[in-house]
Amino acid sequence: MKKWTRTGDVVLGRFDRQEAAVVRGLVSQIQDMLLARAEEAPQDELAELTGIRTGPSTPPDDPILGRLLPDFHRLDPDAPDPAEVDSANALRSLHEPELLDLKTGVAAVVLETCPPDGGEVRLALEQAEAWLSALNDVRLALGTALDVQEDMPDELPPDDPRSPHLGVYHWLTWVQETLVEAVMS
Amino acid sequence: MTTPVEHERTQVDPAGEEVRTEDRPWQTLVWNDPVNLMSYVTYVFQKLFGYSRDHATKLMLDVHHKGRAIVSSGSKDKVEADVAKLHAAGLWATMQRSS
Repeated sequence: MKKWTRTGDVVLGRFDRQEAAVVRGLVSQIQDMLLARAEEAPQDELAELTGIRTGPSTPPDDPILGRLLPDFHRLDPDAPDPAEVDSANALRSLHEPELLDLKTGVAAVVLETCPPDGGEVRLALEQAEAWLSALNDVRLALGTALDVQEDMPDELPPDDPRSPHLGVYHWLTWVQETLVEAVMS
Repeated sequence: MTTPVEHERTQVDPAGEEVRTEDRPWQTLVWNDPVNLMSYVTYVFQKLFGYSRDHATKLMLDVHHKGRAIVSSGSKDKVEADVAKLHAAGLWATMQRSS
């Protein structure tokens, strides 16, 4: 992978076979998790009649999904205000279906434009923006799984089970950072 | 003929009060998180809110150094939509009534 470059409204990148497999693998996993969450949405006849979709009203148990689908209010984890909990649940139910569509949609853009065997990635500006969101979702997921902190070292001690995965996280950080630079240039 | 007008006025005023209370501005907050890139957060503020590079950078630095920043405010509907867009971008955003 070399840095992304932008010429006019086209953003170019290049991944080798292994890099493309890593990106595609992680993006597919996140997409699968989000699609599984979408399956949990309550089915009701009224929603089918009105076309107004409602999602689950409670946050996901899984911490990764919880980070990708946050509450609309900052709730006190020890003593949440019941009125705020009710409001957060109602807002989640209302907005989560669209949020899931958007997140699975940007994942689909990456899977459509990143060649499975590696090679050039040629993106229109809008696709590059989708890549930014999708890469960010993957980094949020990995960051949650690896318990990434603000002052995360470049490498962890070799006996830390997270050690091999941290390299992937840092590499994705670099891929996203250079894509932001290219898009904003 | 004057009475209905007077009557209407007395009705409008309390209604106006009510609208002001109900329409109390809400705030969109973005919270610091250890994963999101400073450059990406700045980009998101520019793109979603049309803020200048300088203003977006200032808000991003507030999030980074103070742990949170108010990035927009307005009616409940507007703020709700802003929070939804920020969630789509992967930022940790919440909404609250202005105090």
